[in-house]
Amino acid sequence: MDIQVAGENALILYFGSAPGPEVSDRVQAATLAAQQALGSDLIDLIPSYASLLVLFDPLRCDAFSVRQRLRAALADSTTAESDEGRTVVLPAYYATESGPDLARLAEHAGLSVDEVIEIHSQTAYRVYAIGFAPGFAYLGEVDPRIAAPRLDTPRKRVPRGAVAIADRQTAVYPAVSPGGWNLIGLCPTRLFDPHAEPTMPVSVGDTVRFEPVSRERFLELGGELGEEAR
Amino acid sequence: MSFEVQQPGILSLLLDGGRFGQHGIGLTTGGPADREAYAWANRLLGNDPNATAVEVSFGGLVLTAQNDGWICITGAELPFTIDGEEAPAWTTVAVRKGQEIALGYATAGCRAYLAVAGGFDVVHQFGSSATVVREGIGGLNGGPLRAGDTLPCASGNVATPCRLATEHQPRYTDELTLRLIPGYQQAHFSPGEQARLFHAEYVVGERCDRMGYRLEGAAIGCDIQGILSEGICLGAVQIPADGQPIVLLQDRQTIGGYPKMGSVLSLDCAALAQLRPGARVRFTPVTMEEAHNALHLAAFRFRHTPVEALA
Repeated sequence: MDIQVAGENALILYFGSAPGPEVSDRVQAATLAAQQALGSDLIDLIPSYASLLVLFDPLRCDAFSVRQRLRAALADSTTAESDEGRTVVLPAYYATESGPDLARLAEHAGLSVDEVIEIHSQTAYRVYAIGFAPGFAYLGEVDPRIAAPRLDTPRKRVPRGAVAIADRQTAVYPAVSPGGWNLIGLCPTRLFDPHAEPTMPVSVGDTVRFEPVSRERFLELGGELGEEAR
Repeated sequence: MSFEVQQPGILSLLLDGGRFGQHGIGLTTGGPADREAYAWANRLLGNDPNATAVEVSFGGLVLTAQNDGWICITGAELPFTIDGEEAPAWTTVAVRKGQEIALGYATAGCRAYLAVAGGFDVVHQFGSSATVVREGIGGLNGGPLRAGDTLPCASGNVATPCRLATEHQPRYTDELTLRLIPGYQQAHFSPGEQARLFHAEYVVGERCDRMGYRLEGAAIGCDIQGILSEGICLGAVQIPADGQPIVLLQDRQTIGGYPKMGSVLSLDCAALAQLRPGARVRFTPVTMEEAHNALHLAAFRFRHTPVEALA
């Protein structure tokens, strides 16, 4: 592990240079260790693919002591102690009407649409990071057979719930927003609901699986069609 | 007690000190772009340091008081009138029911703060009233003030009318040196490229807002193009492929994949947010210890600067 200065109130811990479940486990363990070690001196934490940004209160403690406390806490913690994370199942209605890029992605991959759906829904993904927008969870890693680059021209409007692929990452758009990912379906579960408790069904470190559902089931679960991607 | 928005101006946002502890779900901090000016408005009124005020970018806000009360304007220099009569900034000012409070357009700096005794009474979302337009969170409805909005507030009083003496008021210029703590991917910038950043003069570009200020000038080269997305702190200096630095501010995204040279001190982020396109900026490196000394000194100075009681 490498600790770097990030800013006047921030240190960043690096656990590797490539994403993967093992590195993600270490990020998870460090997140818990940092919470315990810093207590009320902690302002916030941003876990990501292979790093953890630790934000502290610079009027209450100095960077030197924060660094010492983090080192000590991390030496004591092992990944075995880390929270295994939950497994969250997200329903997905994969179809041309819900996923405008599904057919193109299949053709590009030399697979049938059903094969793309099968591959996407049979992979267990890990939540590597949350950011970009409230509730936007980066899930990895997508099977290389269905990985696809971002669109050359991002869409101005991607509907809420869009299940999308960019390179070896997949995500569910938590709100209507611009976006350049390939859209392959719609998820009726809201990834970010400011009025719900918890606000998000997933956190960093959780495992996510997609379960293919029919159009009827998607609508039953509260999914909405008709919000066209453009 | 409330105020009604007659004209919202260019960008007027209800905000408190910011939203903390919510990065885990992707929420940024928001809060005052110029924390110093915001803090003074609340201190002069005797408010809680985290009380909700209005940040007025560039100017143009016109409100009508629906009750008697006290207000205070700080930050950017701009014309400030009550019922057409000039009123003093950095001073607690009594307003009476029906009076019109008007802010013109800034002549120095670009962010002003309008606070009210007792603070605006806004429902907190995720622990804060701070409006972050990009997220649609905070304020009255997640967006900037609109004409016709009613801004409720506590019926606070001011124990001692007071002002901040002119010599203690910040001066907003169009030249600034930003103290930068080297860090993050600093090792991926060669000594020559680092020297270039610290010797070049940059100009604030047109793309400057509460998310970040893009600076134009000598391009800085980095030996990596992108990194695995990672957490971004206030003031982080991001160097995208075109080499033009972007200083990330209150409404920044919480994670990102561009290399960063380090971060600008929060005190200087506040000063930067007062600059407009065309202003000139330089960087100077400081250590973490120097940064903390500067923070403690600024906090001490703020606590110990006396306010002048008004007769």
